[in-house]
Amino acid sequence: MGILIEDKQIVVPGEEVAEGMDFLPAPGTFRDGDKIVACQLGLVNISGRLIKVIPLEGAYMPKRGDVVIGKINDLTYSNWFVDIGYAYEAALSMKEATTEFIERGAELTDYYTYDDVIVAKITNVTKSKSIDLSMIGPGLRKLQGGRLLEISAQKVPRVVGKQGSMISMIKEITNCQIIVGQNGRVWISGTEIWQERLASEAVLLIARKAHTHGLTDRVKAFLESGSKK
Amino acid sequence: MSYNKRNDGRAFDELRPMDAKVGIIKNALGSAMFRIGKTVALAAVYGPSELFPKFLQKKEEGLLRCTYNMMAFSGSGTRVKPGPSRRSREIELVTRNALESVLDLSECPRAVINVNIELIQTDAGTRCAGICAASMALADAGFKMKDLVAAVSAGLVGDKIVLDLDYSEESFEEGAVDIPMAFMPRTGKIALLQLDGEITKEQLREAIKLAKKGCKQICEVQRQALKEKYKTEE
Repeated sequence: MGILIEDKQIVVPGEEVAEGMDFLPAPGTFRDGDKIVACQLGLVNISGRLIKVIPLEGAYMPKRGDVVIGKINDLTYSNWFVDIGYAYEAALSMKEATTEFIERGAELTDYYTYDDVIVAKITNVTKSKSIDLSMIGPGLRKLQGGRLLEISAQKVPRVVGKQGSMISMIKEITNCQIIVGQNGRVWISGTEIWQERLASEAVLLIARKAHTHGLTDRVKAFLESGSKK
Repeated sequence: MSYNKRNDGRAFDELRPMDAKVGIIKNALGSAMFRIGKTVALAAVYGPSELFPKFLQKKEEGLLRCTYNMMAFSGSGTRVKPGPSRRSREIELVTRNALESVLDLSECPRAVINVNIELIQTDAGTRCAGICAASMALADAGFKMKDLVAAVSAGLVGDKIVLDLDYSEESFEEGAVDIPMAFMPRTGKIALLQLDGEITKEQLREAIKLAKKGCKQICEVQRQALKEKYKTEE
């Protein structure tokens, strides 16, 4: 009875994490008889009676409320279609695209055109994964300049850090503007090229070492040694 | 003539030496290599991506699509021909069935997940090696699975029940029976069972028992390989 695998250990699908009815399965685990079994590759997280597995890899699964970075792929008479890194494109309707008044017959490419990179919010995801986006809200805009990185969506929480601690540290040391989309896309824009490069290398470092302890100190050391050069 | 000693000197219930590695293909969402003896399988997982033609799309869940290919230089015998064949279509089907029994794709409706299995070197037991590699690659890609799938073949060579036949045994002169089996070690369920040849009920039971034992050993190798990817980076 009890915990079979300790907190913060790596489990593979099908491994039994706990035994007995004292625990409850959370995302990443399921109950089978009196056992709690991991169904994803990841780190075990035991908080109170809840046992979950924090995945280390995985494709981006859109959720309502996510702020994502997307690229305009297509446009029709009333919609823009945006690639947000999922199998199917998300729709940005004219109503949600801007607060400006769009006249009948206006040239829609004046607002957003092919290959524009935007920060948008997911307003709705249906059961069959049709995705609606909105551009109305604080910080939602078209991005200009800078560079775009792509990391695994599961590593976004580590890049952001607790209450944004990690990302604000990178912003502070490198003096860059950084936007992290929940879909694993990171936009970095700085005044100096070397600062942009340092910030993007730091983000990639976090993505590589996302499963290790003491990441904040390591990234801090990396940034400080990099900014001295 | 009876088969008293195995051609490569193994015990009758012994697997060939195994080796597994995860994350070998950087562009794929998940990937794995599985080697058993001289058979080497590579598997890569891509997706979820848009699925065409549209009538194949499933509203409730994602579709799993497997491809299996023995590379033209991978081995000897008549089986190795470049390109798709009737045989590879069948193996793709049984591989998909075996993997679908553990995989949960309800998170990606309408989409397709592609699993590509390539055999770069073959010495019998390719469908089993392919399933082993594919199951690791799917776990590496972060998909939800009830269990890992391990697979191995057992069979009858001459008058002996043996585990993990190699090509010399599969083509044994006096006749051989090959039983590839995929197994879910935690639940103890069988995900694939095929049989080629003539065998009695008792012998089949014994062969399945032997294959189950082998699958448990393989699963241990798979688990270690999946964990290894994250250990070495410490």
